[in-house]
Parts: sequence; C-alpha cells; structure tokens
Amino acid sequence: MPPAAELVFDRVTKRYAGRDAAALLELTLEIPAGTFCVLVGPSGGGKTTALKLVNRLIPFDEGDIRIDGRSITGLPVVELRRGIGYVIQQVGLFPHMSVGENVETVPRLLGWDRARRRARSAELLELVGLEPADAKRYPAQLSGGQRQRVGLARALAADPPLLLMDEPFGALDPITRHRLQLELRRLHHEVAKTVIFVTHDIDEAILMGDRIAILREGGVLAQYDTPDAILAHPTDDFVARFIGEDRALRRLALRTLDQIPLDPAGARDELPHVSDHSTVRNAVSLMLEAGVDRVLVVGDDRSERGELPFARATELLRS
Amino acid sequence: MTAAGPGPVIPNFGQASACVTGNNLFCWGWVRDHWGDTLEPHLVQHAELTVVAVAIGFAIAFLLALVSHRLRALDQPIAITAGLIYTIPSLVAFQILIAFSGLSNTTVEIPLIGYSLVILYPNIAAGLRSAPPDVLEAARGMGLRPRQVLWRVELPLALPAIIAGLRVAVVSTVAVATVASLVGDRGLGYPIFQAMRLPTPFKTEIYSAGALVVGLALGFDLVLVAARRVLVGWAQ
Repeated sequence: MPPAAELVFDRVTKRYAGRDAAALLELTLEIPAGTFCVLVGPSGGGKTTALKLVNRLIPFDEGDIRIDGRSITGLPVVELRRGIGYVIQQVGLFPHMSVGENVETVPRLLGWDRARRRARSAELLELVGLEPADAKRYPAQLSGGQRQRVGLARALAADPPLLLMDEPFGALDPITRHRLQLELRRLHHEVAKTVIFVTHDIDEAILMGDRIAILREGGVLAQYDTPDAILAHPTDDFVARFIGEDRALRRLALRTLDQIPLDPAGARDELPHVSDHSTVRNAVSLMLEAGVDRVLVVGDDRSERGELPFARATELLRS
Repeated sequence: MTAAGPGPVIPNFGQASACVTGNNLFCWGWVRDHWGDTLEPHLVQHAELTVVAVAIGFAIAFLLALVSHRLRALDQPIAITAGLIYTIPSLVAFQILIAFSGLSNTTVEIPLIGYSLVILYPNIAAGLRSAPPDVLEAARGMGLRPRQVLWRVELPLALPAIIAGLRVAVVSTVAVATVASLVGDRGLGYPIFQAMRLPTPFKTEIYSAGALVVGLALGFDLVLVAARRVLVGWAQ
C-alpha cells in the first residue's frame, strides 16, 4: 500500500430520511496525499457524516468519493474499511481483548501470521508511547489517554494510507488532550498518512491542520484552506465569527520565533527573554505584560538570537 | 404400596439399627449402608437429568437468541412463549406427555427443558445486545463482517450474562428435577417420595436425599463460577 492516499469528495450530498435539510450538500473537497485535513464546524454541519461516508458506515446519495482516483463504491465494503484507519471519540476498544489483541485486529483480519502481528503491535505500542508490558493489559485497566493511544495504534496497525479520526480527543482532560495533540502532530510528520480529523474545536483545528475545511449548518462548505489563510482572510461573517475576533493572535500563534527575521540584539538587557521555540503570540503577550515594544529572543543555550519588535508582528499579519 | 403390618415402623430396610427403627432425626449408619444402593444411583440420575435438560435447553435458547438478534421483532414473542411454558404445572405436563412418550426419560426432560428456557433465553438475548455501541461501530469501521462481529465481539461480551443465566437455570433445574420421580424411579425425588409415603415418613432418607439435591446444585454452581473465571478474565 502507498504510504498516503489522495482523498476527493466530488459534489457529495447526503440526506437523512425524514429530515428536510441536507446533512451534507454538494461537498467538494480535494485532500492531497499526506495532508492532515481537519473538518470543523458547529454541530449540524455534517462533519461526522462526511467522515463516515468515507468508510461507508453511512451511505451517500449523490456525488462520489474517490481514494487515489478510485471510487469507494467500487470495492467490497469490508475490504475498503480494512484499508482505512478509524479512530472514534469513545475509542471502542474490545473490552474482552488485551491491548495487544486489540491492536492486532485488522492484521488478523488480513491474515498476517502471528509473528508478524506481534512484531507490528510491539512497534506500534512504542510509536504511540506505551510500554511493551501494556500489551497484556485489558482496556479497563487503562486511563482515558492510554486507551486513545491504543485506539490510534489499532487504527495504524495495517499501515493504512488514510486515517479517519472522529473527535478522538474530545473526551479527554485538557492536559492529556494537549499532549496527545502534539504527539499526533509529531506522529503525522513521521508516518505521513492522509488524515481526516473531525473536531468542533477551532483551536484544535488550527493546531492540528495542514488544511481546515469549515462546514456550516446544512452541510455546506464555508471555507477550505490552510489555517494561516483562513485566519488572514475569512471568506464571510460566519467563518470570521467561528474563528473568533482574536484571529490575529491565533495567526501569530502559528509562527515560532525561529521562523521569522529578527533585529540584531541591542544592549538593553532589561527586555523580557523568550525562547526561540516560542510563538510570536507569546512574544507579543510578554510585551503587553511588561509594557515594552520588543523582546529578546534567546536559544536553548541562553545565547541571544535577536530582538523582536512589536511592529514585526504587525508586518506578519499584513503578509 | 405394601400395607404396613405389625413390626418395625420402617419396612424393607434389613437389619435396622435402633436409630432407624426409632426414626431418629438423622442416622449416619443408614446413609453409609444405603449410599451404594439408594443415594448414589439416584444422585447420578439426578445429575444426568439436569445436565441433559440444561444442555438441550441452552442449545434451543441460544439458537432462538441468535434468531431474535437478527430479527428484533421476535424477541418479545419468544420471551412471552417461554414464560407461558413455565406456567404449565409439571404434573399436567407429565400427564400429557406420558400419552406420547410413556414413563421414559423423554417425558421428564421435555418439561425440564421447557422451564429452563424462561431463564436462559432472556439472558442470552440480553447478553448479545450488551455490546456497547462504540465497540460495535469500531468493529464495523475496521472491516469486521457481520458474522465476525457476532462471534468475535458480541458473543464474548455476552458471556457474563450467559453464564449468569446458566447458573440460575442449573440450580432451578436441579430443584425441579425432584418431581421426575412422578414418572417412575429416577432422580433424588424418588427416595424422598418413597420415604414420605411410609405411614411414618422416614426422616433420615428425606434429609439425606434433600441434602444431596442442595449439594448437587452447589456443585454445579461452583463449576460455572470456575468456568466464568477462566472465560471472562477480562471482566474481573
């Protein structure tokens, strides 16, 4: 299987029986291979519906969905699903199977031999930050965060080129959630899958997405672009309201200080210090707090990297 | 029935001890002497009656539960029918069946099987429905076929409920099987009824056979508890 697959929604419409309004209306979306695409929007926007159309848990009425150019209706449904990783909010681990057996589910369906399954499950547990000894434990013995790690390992087990994630971190406490968000980003850089990630949380969408598709009520696509472009140029009032009035700050949060040009450091050492791994937003926050118009950016070794003037932040927002 | 003549109160028991002739509360000596010819054979029969009834009852209940798992509309009709069967008095059932199968084991087993359904069917059916929706969605989403979802997910998750049902069914069948003696010499009910029919009911025989009924039920229950430990380790 290729490492990642292109996914295309082509004028896809879905109506549920007994409801007038469409759940999804002529959705057209091209998601290049390897993209981390976040579907976000208020409830009733059809984002979970859109996700479940891809692995045919829900049938669609009109249009087509293609993976690497092939319509998903073209092959048997179980075959389609075994080639797509699927992660849901409640995780859905099998309570009667150990962690290892859970992770080996799809490889077993695909007929891998025992040794290959074991090796793969050990590799994946390590990848998602679990101990080898955890393979023998049952889901009931794990914390919520650990369970979702197992859910992710299980979805990745057969190395699918496409991963569907339905609010995977929605039920976790904020600290665990943020840790898993960062780890999933890191993981995405490592494994380079195409990921479709559903959330209702715009912060999560901005943090995670290479691209964000914002859906509004009635299942209409409001905007599809990179987080930076959406924050810079929301297409309409709905998107502007959805991303929030602090969108300028959110945009600054997308850039870290080691990515932007700095002024040479001056002699004023009373300036607040900020790490070059930190974001422009954090730097601006420090300026506001200290009542100054620049901060000193330092590296890991405390060496001075330069100064960031407030005006630079404004320039970034104009670009 | 033999008419009670003069002489010892307890007939046909050979050289009865003073304890037996006096019909004391409990005579260990009698139990020792008649274990081999009275108590043990009836205990074995009783165990066989129970195992056969529960095994066949389980097979029927399991098939019915599989059917209603697919056709949910059948659940209530099946449960109600099982409840109605349970209300038929065993004496009446025996009377009707004797016309067909005579004084045979079949005549005894059919009502015992029928009564077990009222416990087994609802437990198995509820067990199969007990898999959480998120687990089923994940199973389908990963590409398990409907049959694989049933055998690999729903059935294992139903085991706690199934074993709970079996425990109640076995204990209740052990108790009900005492009436099998109405259809001839079978089960621990037989020595009990024999001892009760004497002009002065013989206490030792009644109590010892009764204790074996209780012991048999406990024994079966322990086996099922052990089976649960082995099969449902994940739920502990």
